[in-house]
Amino acid sequence: MNCEVLNVSRKITVVMGVIGADVHAVGNRILQYAFEQEEIKVVNLGVMVTQEEFIKAALETDSDAIIMSSLYGHGEIDCRGLREKCEEAGLENILLYIGGNLVVGKTPFSEIEQKFKKMGFNRVYPPGTPPETGIKDLKKDLGVG
Amino acid sequence: MEGILLIDFGSTYTKVTAVDIDNESIMGTAKALTTVETDISEGLENALKILQSKTGKVEYNIKLACSSAAGGLRMTASGLVPELTSKAAKMAALSAGAKVIKVYSYELTLEDAEEIYSTKPDLFLLTGGTDGGNKKVLLHNAKVLAGIDLDFPVVMAGNKSVGLEVAGIIFESGKEVTVCSNVMPEFNELNFDPARNAIRNIFLRRIIKAKGLTRIQSLVEGIIMPTPKAVLNAAQYLSAGTKKEKGIGDILIVDVGGATTDVHSLSKGEPSIKGAILKGLREPFAKRTVEGDLGVRYSAPSLVEAVGVETVSEKAKMDTSRLEKYIELIKNPAQLLPDKNQDIKDIDYALACIAVKIAVKRHAGKIESRWTPAGVTFLQTGKDLTTISKIIGTGGPVINSKNAAGVLKEAVFDNGEPMCLKPKEPEFLLDEKYILYAMGLLCEFYPDTAVRIMKKNLKSIV
Ligand code: B12
Repeated sequence: MNCEVLNVSRKITVVMGVIGADVHAVGNRILQYAFEQEEIKVVNLGVMVTQEEFIKAALETDSDAIIMSSLYGHGEIDCRGLREKCEEAGLENILLYIGGNLVVGKTPFSEIEQKFKKMGFNRVYPPGTPPETGIKDLKKDLGVG
Repeated sequence: MEGILLIDFGSTYTKVTAVDIDNESIMGTAKALTTVETDISEGLENALKILQSKTGKVEYNIKLACSSAAGGLRMTASGLVPELTSKAAKMAALSAGAKVIKVYSYELTLEDAEEIYSTKPDLFLLTGGTDGGNKKVLLHNAKVLAGIDLDFPVVMAGNKSVGLEVAGIIFESGKEVTVCSNVMPEFNELNFDPARNAIRNIFLRRIIKAKGLTRIQSLVEGIIMPTPKAVLNAAQYLSAGTKKEKGIGDILIVDVGGATTDVHSLSKGEPSIKGAILKGLREPFAKRTVEGDLGVRYSAPSLVEAVGVETVSEKAKMDTSRLEKYIELIKNPAQLLPDKNQDIKDIDYALACIAVKIAVKRHAGKIESRWTPAGVTFLQTGKDLTTISKIIGTGGPVINSKNAAGVLKEAVFDNGEPMCLKPKEPEFLLDEKYILYAMGLLCEFYPDTAVRIMKKNLKSIV
């Protein structure tokens, strides 16, 4: 038997969701739709997702990235320690992206970006970033397309 | 007179039920002690003699049996994440009627391998990863299983991407291996039928033989499923009905025994609280749970331990020292107890009440309120059973209880524990003649008749 044929190429797979006690649901659905249009497999956990839920879903599905949103302004607290927990769980190479309205107030975005990068996020987006930007970056970071 | 004979080779009793298929009625039921040590057909003969004294001589066209004798179908399972594929594997095994010895998560260790070796499962359900998902853990676990020097069949129902590889590893170790579709093909999507069919096949083909139950295969058409599977089968047909016979809708079944308490819910379990957000694994329409620490005989000590002796003594209206003496006595399965002893009746009532209360609590979904910047939101895990309209009681300790309705009331929503989503306004039905298992068997050949017989014979109680 020719086993090469069994080596079908696998779709990019991401876990997606809105972290913390955040119930903003609309952007999450649009994000899922946009990613799926680009042939990316989305495991969408919806709103009010904990760090543990993201990690467990990523483990089971062997995801390439976790695409998070935070709209209500408490993203920084919700995201603390996530990278460390990923490493603990064996997800050493997983990409972490986040977008939405990450903090409350008028902090310049470059400062916010620095903060989240220090926490281990690979990509951090300012309010209103279109999903397409994230998709383009994901393909680039994974070296496909 | 022509009839159908339905048999349950239970761990303690062999029960028989005679059905008149033309009149759609139960001709009679009887039981005798199961004789698995000597020859299992002895117990059957004894039960049949008693049955004949009630029904007169009957020619049986079809004889079907289920069995939980000789330990039942003892299964071990493994998955990846405890709340995800491990839980899915456990639910799949339970829905196949298995007695689940243990469920492992992540990579199996040397200690795990030794434990599997010493607990000698009848069957191993190997899962992990969604399709296209994690492969590493499944491959690792396949190698560990292959290294265990014990012959048990393996059903592989994990990430399909490594199905062939896993099969090869297990096969080379000399074990039988069946590859079927993933119990969780996509994240949070359950798919139990393929694994369940594979398990049933192995049960029929090899486990009955391994347990020395083949001798009776000449007496009956066959042992066609494990007993718990027969009960779940009956429940599914009773709830959904058939093309010709309407079902009775969503139901909850509590089945209390000496060693375990089973709970079956047949319902979608969607949130009844507006805006509740579903968390965790979605559970199947037909869900079975088994509590190995809750029972009224063998498991009486662990039940007492779970709630404290004071709670039991209060419910039984008996002082603790006296109660403790009785518990010592009744936990021995070989102990024959007098039928009419009032103390034992009181204790059985108390134990059955507590078993039902805890078992249904563990089975039911939970709602939790979480404060967010916008106020309170509700998160639901598991199934919301609040709208279920019928609770069916079965198992000796419920059927023979001095107050069966009192026992079933423990399954009802409790305002003191509003987060536990138990049925709010259910009607109670009692499986008075102990026919559920029998109807689960009959459903395989005469589903319409079986549903009608159940509807006729389950008695409404208050
Ligand atoms: C509708 C709404 C609500 C609804 C949500 C209903 C629901 N179930 O979805 C309700 C009334 C419940 C609500 C509540 C609150 N809200 Co509100 N809400 C909004 C509002 C008006 C619209 C949100 C929306 O749906 N936008 C449309 C979608 C398509 O856009 P989006 O969510 O931004 O997502 C897109 C992009 O951001 C991007 N994106 C998102 N994530 C990511 C990730 C990556 C990797 C990438 C590349 C892109 C990306 O792509 C998405 C799709 O295009 C916004 C204001 C606004 N105009 O944005 C405030 C807003 C988000 N809410 C706000 C606040 C403060 C609250 C509350 C705290 C108010 C309160 N005190 O009651 C609560 C918090 C509730 C909670 N626990 O989460 C603030 C947040 C302020 C901040 N972060 O600095 C906002 C910005 C309003 C404001 N200007 O003050 N809200």
